[in-house]
Amino acid sequence: MQETQYLIVGASHAGLSALRTLRMADSEGSLTLINRDACLPYSPTVLPYVVSGRSQPDNVALQGEADFEKLKVAYRPGKTVRAIDAKAQVATLADGERIAYQKLLVASGARPIVPAIPGLTEVPFHVLRTLDDAVQLRVRLASIKSAVVLGAGLIGMHAAENLAKAGAEVTIVEMLPHVLAAYFDAEASSIIERAFIGKGVTLRTGEKVVGVEKTAKGCSIKLQSGGAIEADALLVGVGVAPIVDFLAGSGVAIDRGVLVDDTMKTSVENIWAAGDVAQAKSFYTGEKILNGILPDAVEQGRIAGLAMAGDSGLKPYPGGIPLNTYTFFGQQALSVGVDGEGMTDLEIEKRVDAAANRYLKIVLRNNRLVGIFGINRPFDSGVMWELIQRRIDLAPVKAQFFAQPRETARVLMSRTWR
Amino acid sequence: MQAFNTIAFKPEQCTGCNDCMVACAEVKTQTTEISRSRIQIVPADGGGYELAMCRQCGDPKCVSNCPAAALAKDDGTGVIAWDGNKCVNCLLCTVGCAYGGIVYEPAAGHVVKCDSCGGDPVCVKACGEGALKYVTTAELYKRVGDLEDLFVPGLAGCQGCNTELIMRHTLRRVGPETVLATPPGCIPGMGSVGYNGMVGTKVPVFHPLLTNTASMLAGVKRFYKRQGRKVTALALAGDGGASDVGFQSLSGAAERGEQILFIVVDNEGYMNTGMQRSSCTPYGAWTSTTPVGERGKGKTQDAKNLPLLMMMHNCAYVATSSTAFMEDFYEKLEKAMEASERGFAYLHLYSPCTTGWRFPAAQNIEVARKAVETNFVMLWEFEPGQGLRLSHPIDRPRPLAEYLKAQGKYKHLSPEQIEHIQRSLDENAEFIRGLAAGGSARKGVTLPRVPIAPG
Repeated sequence: MQETQYLIVGASHAGLSALRTLRMADSEGSLTLINRDACLPYSPTVLPYVVSGRSQPDNVALQGEADFEKLKVAYRPGKTVRAIDAKAQVATLADGERIAYQKLLVASGARPIVPAIPGLTEVPFHVLRTLDDAVQLRVRLASIKSAVVLGAGLIGMHAAENLAKAGAEVTIVEMLPHVLAAYFDAEASSIIERAFIGKGVTLRTGEKVVGVEKTAKGCSIKLQSGGAIEADALLVGVGVAPIVDFLAGSGVAIDRGVLVDDTMKTSVENIWAAGDVAQAKSFYTGEKILNGILPDAVEQGRIAGLAMAGDSGLKPYPGGIPLNTYTFFGQQALSVGVDGEGMTDLEIEKRVDAAANRYLKIVLRNNRLVGIFGINRPFDSGVMWELIQRRIDLAPVKAQFFAQPRETARVLMSRTWR
Repeated sequence: MQAFNTIAFKPEQCTGCNDCMVACAEVKTQTTEISRSRIQIVPADGGGYELAMCRQCGDPKCVSNCPAAALAKDDGTGVIAWDGNKCVNCLLCTVGCAYGGIVYEPAAGHVVKCDSCGGDPVCVKACGEGALKYVTTAELYKRVGDLEDLFVPGLAGCQGCNTELIMRHTLRRVGPETVLATPPGCIPGMGSVGYNGMVGTKVPVFHPLLTNTASMLAGVKRFYKRQGRKVTALALAGDGGASDVGFQSLSGAAERGEQILFIVVDNEGYMNTGMQRSSCTPYGAWTSTTPVGERGKGKTQDAKNLPLLMMMHNCAYVATSSTAFMEDFYEKLEKAMEASERGFAYLHLYSPCTTGWRFPAAQNIEVARKAVETNFVMLWEFEPGQGLRLSHPIDRPRPLAEYLKAQGKYKHLSPEQIEHIQRSLDENAEFIRGLAAGGSARKGVTLPRVPIAPG
């Protein structure tokens, strides 16, 4: 049986961030990295660009064999963990191989949710979570004449843009009243929606799919409001769910994801979790949330790595903050933090120039930034993230911050954490 | 982890002239649009300027956040490079950067960042105010890092003491063909003479008396010379031993031109034995023998300027250094090593003492920096025939109060005492500048008025 000091299950951002951190803190401890894909590690975030053709599937590896050699990592691609025996500290792989670990990081990520829609599993449909998924869609892209995208999250919107650019007639069906509702309010979403409509994409927001049927050329999607859409391709992008099935029986506490404390430690000794699989505290409410975004996966992986190595430099996780960047048809949308729904004592500065597709919203609570959102209004997302996390008092510079958020934030940065 | 060169910014020197941004925009965009410069100087409310640019972080989050592996930190230069063939324009790198150092540039259609101009940044060259500096100390540390460490692991010094840094760097650079003399003081206390019968260095080390360091070392050097062996005779001595009871042997060895490399680590007193005053203790300073109470208000005499005295011996090389300016120290150490082949080489290292000067352990290098930047001490070098040269001239010194307030030993100072210190500093600065302007050695020197301490 192979023995390893550190076992990392999952080779995307959280796993790789933990790996690099572990190597900085412990240059020698044996390290094994398991990837369910039989290729070099890649990011799910790059997949829409593989679909569009901007990224080549063989050019998206986040780490190469040479890196693993340098970092002294036993890289095990194409392996899936079947079960964890937390008492014996042994992981059993799908092929029966057993690996004994001293410390385990669960960074297994998430898989697409397939909604319980009658008939859906009877028709071929696309999802976008693995490189194989992306290559499959890429290969078909040019021949798709009409497509339905289920779900107007980031995956759905990227897929819709790619399909539209490839010449397909695209319909987006979303249950919520607006697209990208997790990141933008109605006014901001409308600007994004208009760009899609302008490119010939049909939006069916506030709509539900009640059934899917196979047809000669593809499928027919039945809508709750009546009527049906015929399409030769269907893409399902309604969200993802943490991959936790292999933890059954391990004793690791699971809610929607793996529950972790502020050092990314699970309820079980010597097991940590980070990234999309982890359910960690929210910066705003302290409740345990799934915050499935790339920068947070990197941060959680880093903290888990420090904790696993027993590094004294570990600072507890400040809590997850939703944030994202989104480019669509050459335009930029940025979303950092929350817009204060359910909070009191808010002060909101909002400037919208819908005709110019420009939008800016700044939300303060007790003179502290809680969120900032922009479309075609550039600011430094990373600096804003720090302002929120550090709870910097903006009272002395509030007017300037509202007028020139980017410049004012830079001055605060340069003075505070330069 | 490796160290790398970096662009440093001093906001207090910046006048907001934008020359750096214009130079960057010209090179990177072939325009003069400063909004497209990779370095952004931002006017701050209430005056002054701040900086947003890439720090070339050691553990860069822009790289970790990139889903397309389009950003990578170069192992050799430390510069984070952007690969346009891989970038997908997702902007997640900008989320990772807490410094506004990687931004989307509409005109370019992708993110842009500083690449340090391949190690010769135009912004730094364009800055006429001294606000930007390309700090290449890391190159030095990398070079020194490859040399053998000749000092034991671990140390017995006070928390925050910079003597370990001085010993490791000096011994690494001077090398194994060395005999080291460490007279009583903090240096042997630090571990050079070792514990339990074992020495603390990988070179022969001995522990002379305070009085005879230079004469014993002279004998050792002459012995090896007669044997035909090339050995550096190195002294690491404190200011007390060198300037007080050890001065006659030091002066004698210098006058005879003994081939010695004599380094004085000046912490302004006998700190090892309980912080007594020495002749290098500055005016007004608290020590255990210049106490502060109802009548006592610290030392009532000015410090002896030992390096200037050594210059008047016309030694083969004399210089002053500070651990806040390691590049300057290294240049001088190399010159001193070379000069010690010809004659007496003297290096005076200003070295703040966390315990005796009463400041927090983390502030050592900062206090050393302030000493130089307020002109409290001055960095210069002297060679016969060349005269005195200021190696780090401070034309616009920071207010003296910044230096005094950083330390507990000056906490009690009255305005009159501060005025006295300021006057002595000004006179000293004028005197040294006069020497520097005088060109060849000791020509046209008029000694300053001897400051008379009040009371």
